[in-house]
Amino acid sequence: MHKNKSNKILNTKLDAVSLSLKQSIKNLDSYTHVRGESLYVDDVNIRQGTFHAVVFDSPKAHGKIKHIDYSKAEALEGVERIFTYKDVPGENEIGGIIPDEPLFAEHDVHFWGMPIALIVAESEFIARKARGLIEIEIEDLPVITTAKEAKAKGSFINAPRSFSLGDTEKAFTDCDYVFEGETFSNGQEHLYIEAQGAYAEPLENGNIKVTSSTQGPTSVQKTIAQVLGIAMHKIEVDVTRLGGGFGGKEDQATPWAVMAALATHHLNQSVKLILNRHDDLRMTGKRHPYESTYKIGLSKDLKILAYQTEFLQNSGAAADLSPAIAERTLFHATNSYYVPNVTTKVLSCKTNLPPNTAFRGFGGPQGMFVIESAIAKAASEIGVSARQIQEANLLDENDTFSYGQIAKKVEAKNTWHSAKNIFNSEALEQEVADFNKNNTAFKKGLSFMPITFGISFTNTPMNHARALVHIYLDGSVGISTAAVEMGQGVNTKMMQIAADVFSIPIDKIKIETTNTTRVANTSPSAASSTADLNGKATLMACNALVERLKLVASEDLNVSEKDINLKDESVFINDKPSELSWTELISSAMLKRVALTENAHYATPEIHFDKTKEKGHPFAYHVYGTAITTVTVDCTRGTYEFDSVKIVHDYGKSMSEGIDLGQVEGALIQGIGWMTMEEIAYNDEGKLLSNALSTYKIPDIFSVPKSVEVIPVETEGNDMAILKSKAVGEPPLMYGIGAYFALQNAIKAFNSNYDLEFHAPMTPEKVLMGLYNN
Amino acid sequence: MITFILNNKIIKTSEHSGMTLLDFVRYQQRLTGTKIGCREGDCGACTLLVGTLTNDIIEYQSITSCISPLGNAHGKHIVTVEGTNLKNKLTTAQEAMRANYATQCGFCTPGFVVALTGFALLNSENNYNNAIDAISGNICRCTGYKAIEKAAHQVVEKLEHQEKTSLKWLIDNEFIPEYFETIPQRLKDIEGRYLNQPKGKYVSGGTDLYVQKADHLADNDVHLIAEKDYLKGITIENGICMIGTNTTVSDLWNHKALNHSLPNLKKHLKLVSSEQIRNMASLGGNLVNASPIGDMTIFLLALNSDITILNSKQQERTVALKNFYQGYKTYDLKSDELLKEISFKLPTKASSFNFEKVCKRTHLDIASVNSAVHFSVENETFSEAHVSIGGVAAIPKYLHNTSTFLTGKPLTLETILDASNQLQKEITPISDVRGTSDYKRLLARQLFFAHFTELFPNNFTLNDFIQHA
Repeated sequence: MHKNKSNKILNTKLDAVSLSLKQSIKNLDSYTHVRGESLYVDDVNIRQGTFHAVVFDSPKAHGKIKHIDYSKAEALEGVERIFTYKDVPGENEIGGIIPDEPLFAEHDVHFWGMPIALIVAESEFIARKARGLIEIEIEDLPVITTAKEAKAKGSFINAPRSFSLGDTEKAFTDCDYVFEGETFSNGQEHLYIEAQGAYAEPLENGNIKVTSSTQGPTSVQKTIAQVLGIAMHKIEVDVTRLGGGFGGKEDQATPWAVMAALATHHLNQSVKLILNRHDDLRMTGKRHPYESTYKIGLSKDLKILAYQTEFLQNSGAAADLSPAIAERTLFHATNSYYVPNVTTKVLSCKTNLPPNTAFRGFGGPQGMFVIESAIAKAASEIGVSARQIQEANLLDENDTFSYGQIAKKVEAKNTWHSAKNIFNSEALEQEVADFNKNNTAFKKGLSFMPITFGISFTNTPMNHARALVHIYLDGSVGISTAAVEMGQGVNTKMMQIAADVFSIPIDKIKIETTNTTRVANTSPSAASSTADLNGKATLMACNALVERLKLVASEDLNVSEKDINLKDESVFINDKPSELSWTELISSAMLKRVALTENAHYATPEIHFDKTKEKGHPFAYHVYGTAITTVTVDCTRGTYEFDSVKIVHDYGKSMSEGIDLGQVEGALIQGIGWMTMEEIAYNDEGKLLSNALSTYKIPDIFSVPKSVEVIPVETEGNDMAILKSKAVGEPPLMYGIGAYFALQNAIKAFNSNYDLEFHAPMTPEKVLMGLYNN
Repeated sequence: MITFILNNKIIKTSEHSGMTLLDFVRYQQRLTGTKIGCREGDCGACTLLVGTLTNDIIEYQSITSCISPLGNAHGKHIVTVEGTNLKNKLTTAQEAMRANYATQCGFCTPGFVVALTGFALLNSENNYNNAIDAISGNICRCTGYKAIEKAAHQVVEKLEHQEKTSLKWLIDNEFIPEYFETIPQRLKDIEGRYLNQPKGKYVSGGTDLYVQKADHLADNDVHLIAEKDYLKGITIENGICMIGTNTTVSDLWNHKALNHSLPNLKKHLKLVSSEQIRNMASLGGNLVNASPIGDMTIFLLALNSDITILNSKQQERTVALKNFYQGYKTYDLKSDELLKEISFKLPTKASSFNFEKVCKRTHLDIASVNSAVHFSVENETFSEAHVSIGGVAAIPKYLHNTSTFLTGKPLTLETILDASNQLQKEITPISDVRGTSDYKRLLARQLFFAHFTELFPNNFTLNDFIQHA
């Protein structure tokens, strides 16, 4: 990290961060990662005779299938069989929330890339060659690609949802300023570097084991059972690890696993289906594009008195997780601000794009982009800086969210003012102003971006997890949970919990694969809650074992169990070590026939939400933070470089500083990517144009901010978080929204006639057009 | 038989020479540390090192194995991440990645480790910028790169003050395992420098062809030309530079005399794909790919290059590159002909060259518009001018009218503004995934201005242009 010569407070903080990183636990998977020895689904040893599969998908976005000829493909040497909806013994249906999504198209196709058939062959190469020999005739039907168009035609996924607080209509009449406008935020491709895939193997009695790259093993298991028309216990789903998920494998890992299982079911042979990149990009959904309108009303002293917005969510051709994502958009529509009068509405619009799906932030970022746009617009019209409006409206203790939850342990103002003080934001703003005064060919822009993000699945029944902890008779430990390791470091956190409770070294603990036969009926690894839910369950299981072991030790040592502690691989009596070691204690427990296995179940307390009233207390807690972003725009070329992003983030009491900082930085850069260079493009026929890594660009090492400083805000943490260490997966993504407004401010500095547009991403094209449009 | 050393093992295979090296390593040899991310050279998850022995000295370069034909491995040392592993401990590059939290999901990680190891092996300056260049072709979706930057710093620190990193030194300092020392001799022992080549599609680096039709090339005979000596080499005589068409972009990058004549060469070439791709991509391939946006083509057009074409009867003919292209992806080359050499007059003290490129992402991306100029200015007058531009027509475009217009005119704001209008008349951009036609027109104007603010910073500022444009 770069040291700032004059800022002593900052340097002290940066030193503390550096030190904590040196001392913090390293990701336990990193040893095999760096040696290329970690096993992903495509790396697992396959059985002899395994077949390989490729999906044949629709070459049109909407139409009726008139005719398909598979004969040439079937005749190709090495092709085993081609499966279609006719081969589905159970239900040809994979929709998780609403049953509106067939596994294979039957008579109609609803998006370009919709699976129609599965080609199974001796090799992927042969299967792909066979795919090119399939002839299909489709009668075109009208194609809808935008949410606006869908709304105009009345094409929706479900009924609209709406939250409200106060009396918005009346409040607007009391406002000194009222502004209205439109915004658009585009979708975002997950671009997990490991594409979707699954491997199915036949077991005895028609049972099937599936290794899947999924965030939701139970949903894979359930859907396979449903499609095959067999019971769930006949399906075992195992997840080794994911090469990235980001929400893209929460729901959309399922079809590929189901297809592989279907082929295995019929052929009684192992079948592997790994999508190649082009197929993955074309066939899977992305972050939802949103077209939204807003109306914001403020008083003279810049208080937001009323806010009204309508979100049009481009859901794609089927529900997938869209209704839940739409709901979270409403939860986060006012971001970190207290607005007394709010009316928000979201419409999930059915279009002919691939069903859009979960992506880090889950609709929250789209909601926040709109209010930040509204604030930028208001600031520009009133002639103040957006920062002034933001600062005047930050959430306070006991403020009410539009969904009825009362804000507690609020850190919105704390992170905001800490950021201002620690980073000396006044000096930063002055530097930017001075630079802009002295330069024409380059301009700088600065923005503030506060975040408030609720932690929990907003669907309350999903907030539970289990852990199965075995202590083996030699004292080593195996832990199974519902948590899927996808880079977020959850394995390390589970191991830390067990190592802490048992007080044994980490090399005595193994985190097992995520497997439905060991931990059943699980929620997906999502909503930033994986470490909280599974960690709490692991903590409960370990604690229960310790209680039992203390009883054993108290008998062996003839002391009260209250005086017994486990420490440094030994049994301590009060604070002195006894002669009994951890392994001896375990041996003794075995001889006494004490159970050394524990299964614990955790369900988040206190949370509830009533959808009929749209009120409740859906979140265990909120995560807060503030980012200050500075960018330099090259006014000749329209290109830009981010100088710095300076963040004060609310980790609670981080249990793994290195891992958590990695989540903040990674999410930030993903958020900046979404706001800047990542541009999804479909043509009017619904064909994906950004269909390869050559046309869809995500940040590379040169495009990230030159400096990223993340300072933890000092708080007490929250007991609802695992060991008071707050969830960190999603919230920091929304710091990236600041990138958009920093760019906009730089453009304004060059072109005073620039008319604010809220149309993300801000590509170099939009910047250049903005610089030179009059 | 294709014969090479894969990590510490001799491979002799009669597999199809056109299959990708990635598929061979991963599925035939079950070295699964080499990952598949995109199969088009755009993510770096499949990065391998290729060691080439020249005059007893082995040099390693990184490549993306997804777009490299297996046959190009013949006679080389191929290193996967497994081939860098030490027994029961991490290498310096691996430890730097681990200690700095530079790996999250781990899927891109082997690619970064191999590329950083390649940096240590590379006979270049051991500075941070070179380390970052070495991983310029590696995409990570998890970390946001800041941790990877720290890992790169840690690797550079270990290498600092090492004048030349000998294999011995690198082994002693745990960058690579011991067996590397045996490789040069073992490569020498491989018999038959050249593979027998069947008739088929000519393939050099493969960086364009394998993106477009890897399946086809794996299923049909290919004729690999990357090792053909008569297509190699850079020679400079009497101010004329002659470049064999097999020359890679990295060969230009590393060429001392060229860097002398084109002082911004590295800065410009850094805008051309990634180090992995530059190590493979041939200039001839870029020319015959005929992409309207080919970076090296635009570069060579402004240098007013000639190309020498060789037919199957070994007869040669020469064509000016600016007259080579006829329409979208069509050009003046018969089926039995091959590009042999590119030649151009090097910039002199009285002349100056500039290259501009703008895309969504500055590096490892395809341009929305790219442009190059080569001007000779004497007595404040253009004595010679060549302007090329890509992305605004069906072909990589030499701007005949604009170049002619400038020649003989004084170096003034008025001339440039008039030339800019001339340029706008010569281009015909269309809207596509790289931008709208309006944007490309505006960008073409801006890049044209940029040439002058870059080359003549004392004469012109952006302000001068936009006030009058």
